[in-house]
Amino acid sequence: MVETDFTDDVLTAKLYGEIDHHRAPAIRTKIDGQTESLRPKELRLDFSHVSFMDSSGIGLIMGRYHQVSLVGGKLKVVNVPKGIEKIINLSGIESLGVLR
Amino acid sequence: MNVTNELNLNFISKSTNESFARAAVSAFLLFLDPTIAELADIKTAVSEAVTNCIVHAYPNYIGTIYINVKVTDQNKIIIKIRDKGIGIKDVKQAIKPLFTTSKEERAGLGFAVMQSFMDNVKVRSKEGSGTTVIMEKTIIRTNYDKR
Repeated sequence: MVETDFTDDVLTAKLYGEIDHHRAPAIRTKIDGQTESLRPKELRLDFSHVSFMDSSGIGLIMGRYHQVSLVGGKLKVVNVPKGIEKIINLSGIESLGVLR
Repeated sequence: MNVTNELNLNFISKSTNESFARAAVSAFLLFLDPTIAELADIKTAVSEAVTNCIVHAYPNYIGTIYINVKVTDQNKIIIKIRDKGIGIKDVKQAIKPLFTTSKEERAGLGFAVMQSFMDNVKVRSKEGSGTTVIMEKTIIRTNYDKR
């Protein structure tokens, strides 16, 4: 599940629950729709309420990095909980400079 | 090495079953009193292997996924995830990080995650007859009474 908010050119997508291959497409569709219409300067993915994530979540982050760059925006990944730090670190997405 | 507990689970390759599979395996292993981190590692590895079956083994049709979990008296967990799908042509290439054949938005990290979250991962595959992934992990801190 995902909740979005657009304030001061920042599109925040708050993610909830478990992110896997089954749930990622709906999250992706919602975020990409908003990204396209609002063209934010920054897309902020907030992971504070994510209880589980497998590599589908990494695909989701990498894909949004690409999508928001198409409208000239930057991606930020915020509030990564301890439980999913391991997979984030393994993925090497920190080299994209998106982690905060 | 004696097997002290065992689980067998079959279900169809619908993506809704990804969360069921990882939750079921982790619920079965609760008797070992694993740490939250150990359980999260196992859930993630199972999720990756099951997703591979759904996305790759049975790409355009529904098949059956077979999970077998064994626990030994040494607190070693052996998880076997098997499908009768299309198989993997080149296992060496498939397990390389960032390699993916999928047109969906996939990171290509499935096997890399399994390898780093579990102690040991083996992949056996034959084109046309299916793939078996065997993952092992030993639970270190446990209050499990072996009696």
